[in-house]
Amino acid sequence: MKRLLKGGRVIDPANGIDAVLDVLIDGDRIARVGPSLPVDDAIVVEIPPGLIVCPGFIDMHVHLREPGQEHKETVATGTAAAVAGGFTAVACMPNTAPVNDNANVTAYILAKAAEANLARVYPIGAVSRESKGELLADIAELKQAGCVAITDDGRPVATALLLRRAMEYAGMFGLPVIEHCEDPSLKGDAVAHEGYHAATLGLRGMPGACEALGAERGILMAELTGSAFHVAHMSARASLRAVRKAKDVGIRVTCEVAPHHFTLTDESLASPIPYDTNVKMNPPLREAADRDAMLSGIADGSVDAIATDHAPHHYDEKKVEFDRAPFGIVGLETAVPLALDRLVHAGLIRLPRLVELLSVNPARILRVPGGTLSEGAPADITILAPDLTVRIEAAVLRSKSKNTPFDGWELRGGVAATIVGGRTLFVNPAARIALS
Amino acid sequence: MSAPVDAHLDQPPAVTSLRSKDLLGIAELTPDEILLILDTAVAMKEVGERPIKKVPALRGKTIVNLFFEPSTRTRTSFEIAEKRLSADTLNIAIASSSVVKGETLADTALNIEAMQPDMIVMRHSSSGACHLLSRICRSSIINAGDGMHEHPTQALLDAFTIRERKKHVNGLKVAIVGDLLHSRVLRSNIHLLTKMGAEVWVCGPPTLIPTDIARFGVRATSLVDEAVADADVIMMLRIQLERMEGAFFPSLREYFTVFGMTEARLRRARPDVMIMHPGPMNRGVEIASEVADGPYSVILDQVANGVAVRMAVLYLLAGGAEHEAAA
Repeated sequence: MKRLLKGGRVIDPANGIDAVLDVLIDGDRIARVGPSLPVDDAIVVEIPPGLIVCPGFIDMHVHLREPGQEHKETVATGTAAAVAGGFTAVACMPNTAPVNDNANVTAYILAKAAEANLARVYPIGAVSRESKGELLADIAELKQAGCVAITDDGRPVATALLLRRAMEYAGMFGLPVIEHCEDPSLKGDAVAHEGYHAATLGLRGMPGACEALGAERGILMAELTGSAFHVAHMSARASLRAVRKAKDVGIRVTCEVAPHHFTLTDESLASPIPYDTNVKMNPPLREAADRDAMLSGIADGSVDAIATDHAPHHYDEKKVEFDRAPFGIVGLETAVPLALDRLVHAGLIRLPRLVELLSVNPARILRVPGGTLSEGAPADITILAPDLTVRIEAAVLRSKSKNTPFDGWELRGGVAATIVGGRTLFVNPAARIALS
Repeated sequence: MSAPVDAHLDQPPAVTSLRSKDLLGIAELTPDEILLILDTAVAMKEVGERPIKKVPALRGKTIVNLFFEPSTRTRTSFEIAEKRLSADTLNIAIASSSVVKGETLADTALNIEAMQPDMIVMRHSSSGACHLLSRICRSSIINAGDGMHEHPTQALLDAFTIRERKKHVNGLKVAIVGDLLHSRVLRSNIHLLTKMGAEVWVCGPPTLIPTDIARFGVRATSLVDEAVADADVIMMLRIQLERMEGAFFPSLREYFTVFGMTEARLRRARPDVMIMHPGPMNRGVEIASEVADGPYSVILDQVANGVAVRMAVLYLLAGGAEHEAAA
């Protein structure tokens, strides 16, 4: 079956395209992109004016919780949330139960993903067995089974030596090492960013230096090994400084920032809801100077990707004392509206840069298909409605968990439709697009 | 917020009731509300001096004292206050550790709430635990100390004790010395004293000073002599022996050498200085016995006033005179 997306503004930065063009989809592939393509036997889909057609968004940092924590999320519910949020693919973290440290777990996740048949799922394997930081996981077998990177996310790789060996070893397969950057001794039992608000509320704090130490360590190991190092969910201005310096001297480092870290600050600990466990995440919401640094890194190109760190938790787990609540919030269904509102409409970046952050660069860092609308590429397409007013409602999220601090927020910009492998998996009725 | 005020005791209070059903912290109180509580406590103190120390103000009210942390002084003080107001009281003491794998705080609270108490007085090791309760309970929640956050009735009884001696708080230099980082007493006192117009100095080793302390509206120093100089009031904070030594300063002996309140250090303060301590004291660590037992010490007055201040808080949260008229 052929379909012709007609008359949308097509943004495909990998090919330097930003123009009103037609996109011809043939089965699960992009057949052609060009001006006024002949209809022939294709079904015509008129793209209403103002909508943006771009390569499918890839969220490179998601916790799907399966196997083992299906009460929080499953591969099926997580990928349903992904397509509703405009993501055609997600990379899922290995801190499941059991940990994704061997090919069996990877195969299980991929089987669940095939069963759900929604967003593409790229598993990320563990650096160490059970992510315990002692022995290397079966990295070659993980790669063979389909893992696209390795990490001990949720915690940093235990020692510099293990991180070095992981990078040396994974480098042989071209697998990047993704690091949850954190110095455990400096973190201690902290539950928030160390700053004025944690101090007034009596919450134990971790400074930005805690993250930056982990980033610096990884960058030094990247320099030592020549392997690719990726800083996950960067939040501290000192980490950004380290990444910028490393990039300047040609070290292979990339980084991602989560929407909550470019939107919120630690002021959210105090208001509107004091001690709201839905503003508890790790790394924590930081002070305004850090948030502003993340925005500037996004604007000047130092930041490579926007990734959600989608971390679903059951409401029972969050309805506890702040210091006992688990870290993390869901993000798949709020990322695009936040990015459009806070980055594009705020005048910080233009749409092509947004597509780089959400599609081109994640594909490049993880070396996965997508990130472009080139002829022959998978027909993974995100259609944006950048001027649509979107109201976030926690209760109607597709994710199994509703732990978001953005409930009730009104934002400018949303997802119109999500197409994965030529199949339309999400259409936003408010965007008035006749896709089926 | 209105300018800090400190009305004289003989003037009627500017407000006659509290806005909130709960007392979660001093941060949420206005200066007028603080004065209302302190003025009400004057009358309550008089009740405690009668031969029959009981009034019917809270007759028919049920108060649950829910303590997740060990406490002798505060729990006893609340219980006496409740009984003097004729409330029906119930004490529940739960070791925090045993709750970890058992019932959640929210479920415990909802179970207690199902039995229709009017007030829950809670102490808990987690900062913000009272905020959680106030969101899910209809009962009045009174914070008897939550983690490192606030201990509002302690700050109120401290202010009551200061007013008793000095007649006002406005303009006084108050030095607070000790473990600032972990102290809920510190946070409540900073809110209260700055709202009432005192000049607050805090002092401790840099390892025990909270981040951005200047934004609290206080002066911070690690030089005791500077903090104490010309002070009207010195509040000593407890050093928590079990988690301090070796981690935040080298030894208790060294702590006493650098920060301990001795008679010699006291001489830099004003001649009518008051020495306060929220208890329990570590003699020879943060305070020399000669100072704790000396003529400037009001430490036992603080304990005595705690009952009156807590009676005032309970009375006002129950609706004050309005409730009494209806009963």
